[in-house]
Amino acid sequence: MAAEPVLAVDDLRVTIATRRGPARVVNGVSWAVAPGETLAVVGESGSGKSVSVLSLLGLVPRPPATVTGRATFQGQDLVALPEEALRKVRGPGIAMVFQDPMTSLNPVLTVGRQLTEGMEVHLGLDRRAATERAAELLDLVGIPSPRERLASYPHHLSGGMRQRVMIAVALSCEPAVLIADEATTALDVTIQAQIVELIAELQRELGMAVVWITHDLGVVAGIADRVAVMYAGRIVEEGAVDDLYADPRHPYTRGLLASLPVLGDRARGGEGRHPADLAVIPGLPPDPVHLPPGCPFHPRCPVRADERCATEEPPLRPVPGARGPAPHRVATFYDLPPEDRR
Amino acid sequence: MTRYLLRRVGQSVVVLFGVSVAVFSIIHLVPGDPVRLALGTRFDQRTYDALVARAGLDDPVLVQYVNWLGNALTGDLGVSFRSGRPVTELILERLPATLSLAFGAIVVALLIAVPLGLVSALRPRSAVDYVATFVSQAGISIPDFWLAIVAILVFSLTLGWLPSSGYVGLTEDPVEWARHLVLPAVVVGTVSGAVLTRFVRSSALEALGEDYTRTARAKGLPRRVVIGRHVLRNALVPVVTVTGIQLAYLLSGVVIVEVVFAWQGLGQLALQAVETRDYPLLQGAVLLFAVFFLVVNLVVDLLYAVVDPRISR
Ligand SMILES: Nc1ncnc2c1ncn2[C@@H]1O[C@H](COP(=O)(O)OP(=O)(O)OP(=O)(O)O)[C@@H](O)[C@H]1O
Ligand SMILES: [Mg+2]
Repeated sequence: MAAEPVLAVDDLRVTIATRRGPARVVNGVSWAVAPGETLAVVGESGSGKSVSVLSLLGLVPRPPATVTGRATFQGQDLVALPEEALRKVRGPGIAMVFQDPMTSLNPVLTVGRQLTEGMEVHLGLDRRAATERAAELLDLVGIPSPRERLASYPHHLSGGMRQRVMIAVALSCEPAVLIADEATTALDVTIQAQIVELIAELQRELGMAVVWITHDLGVVAGIADRVAVMYAGRIVEEGAVDDLYADPRHPYTRGLLASLPVLGDRARGGEGRHPADLAVIPGLPPDPVHLPPGCPFHPRCPVRADERCATEEPPLRPVPGARGPAPHRVATFYDLPPEDRR
Repeated sequence: MTRYLLRRVGQSVVVLFGVSVAVFSIIHLVPGDPVRLALGTRFDQRTYDALVARAGLDDPVLVQYVNWLGNALTGDLGVSFRSGRPVTELILERLPATLSLAFGAIVVALLIAVPLGLVSALRPRSAVDYVATFVSQAGISIPDFWLAIVAILVFSLTLGWLPSSGYVGLTEDPVEWARHLVLPAVVVGTVSGAVLTRFVRSSALEALGEDYTRTARAKGLPRRVVIGRHVLRNALVPVVTVTGIQLAYLLSGVVIVEVVFAWQGLGQLALQAVETRDYPLLQGAVLLFAVFFLVVNLVVDLLYAVVDPRISR
């Protein structure tokens, strides 16, 4: 973790023009991942997780979006990079796996074609060499009889198999960073655990950095090195996974954790869980067009221990006693007493 | 795939059988005596008797139908009341003109609709999009005969580039065939193209918003590959169907444009059959249109299975 980060995001902000006014979807997010490291970005639906990573790759259309801040990847600032240079980063530099494997693959192209096209463009392979490698990749992600599967269309495959294909596509150009955006949310619980395990294994093998995006803290407990908790386009708490799980400091993080019945065994597949289960925290996340003044969480917050909560944004600061170059940090004006966990 | 094909052919045969009953009934649903009506003021007993006997109208209805169907299957559609010539012959004479115009128009329509629809989908609410929308709206609302007259005025009478009317067989003189075809095909194709543009635009817009398009972009593919391979191929799937419907419609003749361009096609022939109450000819034309429709549908379904692998099994 002391290693030089491969991707460092600094004060990223994304505003999207809508008919109702500008939506402030991402409001100053900073994080970094090093090779071999796994960062989990966690938060409820609508907290800006997807937009924050999509905007790094120029996949949020500008306009209506405007993106500011910096994202340093291999010495280049992705935010300022022109489209053509950014295109060359997508795939071999940073690759993505999306949430819904049922819709993320093209229904009219074979699995083989969808695997080879990226390699032809980025690695300069001819069709034969790319096909050869495509079969190896399918084998790598655990798809039986990979050679026959190349000729299959997505509708021939189950959801779990399709997500494996998506992972193979993402890995095909040996990315330095893999971003998995809710890569397991649409899958059965047992398949979820397999996919989580698969990516962790491939990461050990290939040494890439992984950014796991999820609204389910349980999924990442076993695999993440660091966790960043997002709320209303901000990071409200971050730290090493053990620190954050053992001693959550933000009322929102505590709410998220409270919605997990048994910590730990979740990662290997327990009960299925959906955003609705987060109803443990009453209320809804704020509308990005009408963000409340002060801490964005204060309207739902059970603590509100400081009068500034309603008027000022609490900055992210190290928790007392935190050490190291990437300490456990929280965005509150107060320090909560240690949680009393049954 | 073969089973799918056989099933579709089987369905078409059943539909065609139903159509044949309907077509056969035309002559029996007309109130009064069809032959007398057809002859009108030119009535004389000898012609009348000959026509009735030739059409077998004295036989029991079921016998008549079986005979008619049997003859139709062997390509004998009876004799025109009006000209006394075999209906099949009359239709075959007109077929090349109609096929030329219909396919020429569809080619023009696709050449207009695919690029225009795609460009406006790529830049929705841009100047290009508004112009394209306006043009296709205009193409839909302007009557084709008006367009035909203007085209003749400009390109034929004023500029003298192209002939204003008539059809020349492809085998007689390919160059003249093409020169005569251009104006009517462009006029008819513009109208069809206007309709198709809307479909291409909306289905391309839909494909652009799909997850797989985002995946294609996330792979770092060049824009032209994302558009050509991922967006366009998916966008054209529904367009195949609409194109087929347009083609079937064009094959049954575009009467007014045929009249304006003195284009001796099936539309004019069918119109004459109605005007002169030439029932055998009308039956033949309607039956042929039904066959066109079924064949086009069959081809569309097969094409559909080719462009969309989810269909075939
Ligand atoms: N194109 C857009 N135009 C306007 N608002 C948008 C657009 N895309 C996203 N948003 C808004 O941005 C906010 C964050 O969206 P985002 O998809 O990043 O959330 P998320 O954290 O990934 O949630 P989920 O768990 O549902 O995927 C949401 O409130 C959403 O409505
Ligand atoms: Mg998301």
